[in-house]
Amino acid sequence: MRPTRGATSTLGRGARLGAVTLLALLFLVPLYVAVVAATHPASAFLRGVPVLPGGDLLANGRQVLVRGLPGTPSVPRMLLNSALMAASVTLGKLLIAVPAAFAIGFFRFPGRRLVFWLIFVTLMLPIEVTFFPTYQVSVQLGLFNNFGGLVVPLLASATAVFLFRQVFAAFPLDLVDAARLDGAGPLRFLAEVALPMARPTLAAVAVIEFVYGWNQYLWPLVITSSPSNATIVMGIREQIAAAESFAVPQWNLVMLVALLALIPPVVVVVAMQRWFVRGLVFQAR
Amino acid sequence: MPAIAMEGLTKVYPTGQRALDALDLEVKEGEFLVLVGPSGCGKTTALRLVAGLEEPTGGVLRIGDRDVTHLPPKDRDVAMVFQHYALYPHMTIEANMAFPLRTRRLPKAAVRAKVLEVARLLDLEPVLGRKPAQLSGGQRQRVAMGRAIVREPAVFLMDEPLSNLDAKLRVQMRAELLRLQRRLGTATLYVTHDQVEAMTMGDRVAVLRGGVLQQCDTPHALYQRPANLFVAGFLGTPAMNLFRAQLAEDGQRLRLGSQQLPLPPEVLATRPALAPYRGRTVAVGIRPEHLALGATGAPATLRAEVALVEALGAEQLVHFTLDAPAQPVEDRAGRPGEEPAPLRLEQTGATGTARVGPDEAVRVGSTVEFGLDPATLQFFDPEGGQALWA
Ligand SMILES: Nc1ncnc2c1ncn2[C@@H]1O[C@H](COP(=O)(O)OP(=O)(O)OP(=O)(O)O)[C@@H](O)[C@H]1O
Ligand SMILES: [Mg+2]
Repeated sequence: MRPTRGATSTLGRGARLGAVTLLALLFLVPLYVAVVAATHPASAFLRGVPVLPGGDLLANGRQVLVRGLPGTPSVPRMLLNSALMAASVTLGKLLIAVPAAFAIGFFRFPGRRLVFWLIFVTLMLPIEVTFFPTYQVSVQLGLFNNFGGLVVPLLASATAVFLFRQVFAAFPLDLVDAARLDGAGPLRFLAEVALPMARPTLAAVAVIEFVYGWNQYLWPLVITSSPSNATIVMGIREQIAAAESFAVPQWNLVMLVALLALIPPVVVVVAMQRWFVRGLVFQAR
Repeated sequence: MPAIAMEGLTKVYPTGQRALDALDLEVKEGEFLVLVGPSGCGKTTALRLVAGLEEPTGGVLRIGDRDVTHLPPKDRDVAMVFQHYALYPHMTIEANMAFPLRTRRLPKAAVRAKVLEVARLLDLEPVLGRKPAQLSGGQRQRVAMGRAIVREPAVFLMDEPLSNLDAKLRVQMRAELLRLQRRLGTATLYVTHDQVEAMTMGDRVAVLRGGVLQQCDTPHALYQRPANLFVAGFLGTPAMNLFRAQLAEDGQRLRLGSQQLPLPPEVLATRPALAPYRGRTVAVGIRPEHLALGATGAPATLRAEVALVEALGAEQLVHFTLDAPAQPVEDRAGRPGEEPAPLRLEQTGATGTARVGPDEAVRVGSTVEFGLDPATLQFFDPEGGQALWA
């Protein structure tokens, strides 16, 4: 019995390893192509896509970051806009979601369940449903084509409220009682007990929301018009258009911009990974 | 002036559960009062009411000279030790103990000094920088104590604080906790379901059953004169033997199954409440240590068949059967006894236990004669359960 089981488990492990490798390749190949493309001169693509990296990365980088493609917003500017937008969205969402979830999770007030379900239901609305009303309201509030327009309409987050509420709802009641007896008011309890204990969730939500803010495409496209407010993800499209206008399409530069757009979210995810994973595991339990 | 005074304290939960029914109880200044009872009898509820974590349905609660019935917990000057300690897991031990002081906006230096003082008292100095997860159960328990002590409250409330420790550590911590309480002189309301803990620790012990106070007295008095069948059966290990018996018309004899026990006149003289039961059925209680083997010249004897012998080293527990009816009583877990048997006396097969010396040769299946002093018998009403003394 035992050898057979050992054999199947080896087999199973092999199959799993194979599947994982295949998946990893599936994700890595386009990335690899982008990296390779970003290190060659534009002329290299006339003979198909090169297989090995070239030596033009620095030259391409200078081209992209300093000179830019004609008629497109400055790439550093767009990166900065995106970073500011994503960071502001993250911070703002946390500042709104944490107190909201705290109220729903820890206090008994009339309509508490109703409030929770109302927030929960908005989770299920597809973004398209609220898109145009949000646009209408934003424009009327004077949020067209400015930084506020990039951030404010994205601040309300049912997801974040929901995740925090789940943590707070499962909070050990003994600790709540202990804090009450120790004389901690609600704000001290939130700041010194509830939030520190919810740190994994805090990190997880921060990562999710940063990536969410960074990856916004449609909304910045609609709510901004001037290059000074452009963000990197929406900007890539224009980069493509500009690159194609050359006699020799500048794919190398487009790929480099795409890679640059990828770096900040990756840095954030990796930096927070330890907390992030633990947060989601904690959720699952 | 008592440290805590509960007057008619009642709690009915929204579910309709009447967890505490008109509890009248006082904890005196400096006293260690133990609240004991089977699971679900309302001990924790009583404690939470005193702490202010639960709003009473009725009654008045005083701490010192203040009516605190409707004050929030932080204004009651009480500290609580929780069963699972409820330490803040993300804070160091020092921060845990400092927390109740910081909320009172004490100067940093004073907080630190007080925490150090208490840590020294509890032998926690070496672990002040650690997190609760890095401590042993006993240390965590002491941190929970420390967090209560630093505030110098008027009253300590403890909910089964030792129940998470292993048996050996529990015994050790019992003594340590008592010593600490004596030293601090702080009135303590201590909840446990462990009757040994109650008897060994309490200045007085209050026995609770189904939200109703049964008796509150010193451990000695509770053991010697339990107020009713429940208390009689709850306190003592092994439990008191309870049988149904017939008191003769003249009050001079007690019929236990097929046997007759002579009752000297003092038995009735010291128990006026027993007189009306002449010619009727009573419940009779015999502590296991009051049954002696091989004693010649005992005023009375009880014949029984040995069913099982447990040798414990210092003594032996002899489990026996008797051809007398058993007196049903709630067991220690608060589960009701078998349906109260009709008041018949023919029914046989009651079981009992005797504590005898380690060297007695007792054979399973044999019939033995226990010597017994009728003055040690306890009598109860077989239906109402109240003790029949004065
Ligand atoms: N929040 C609550 N809502 C409804 N009923 C409750 C609540 N808390 C306790 N009860 C009920 O009240 C009764 C007394 O509960 P309590 O916790 O005071 O018992 P206890 O004596 O502490 O028991 P244990 O020894 O098991 O801790 C129980 O029947 C319990 O089910
Ligand atoms: Mg309890």
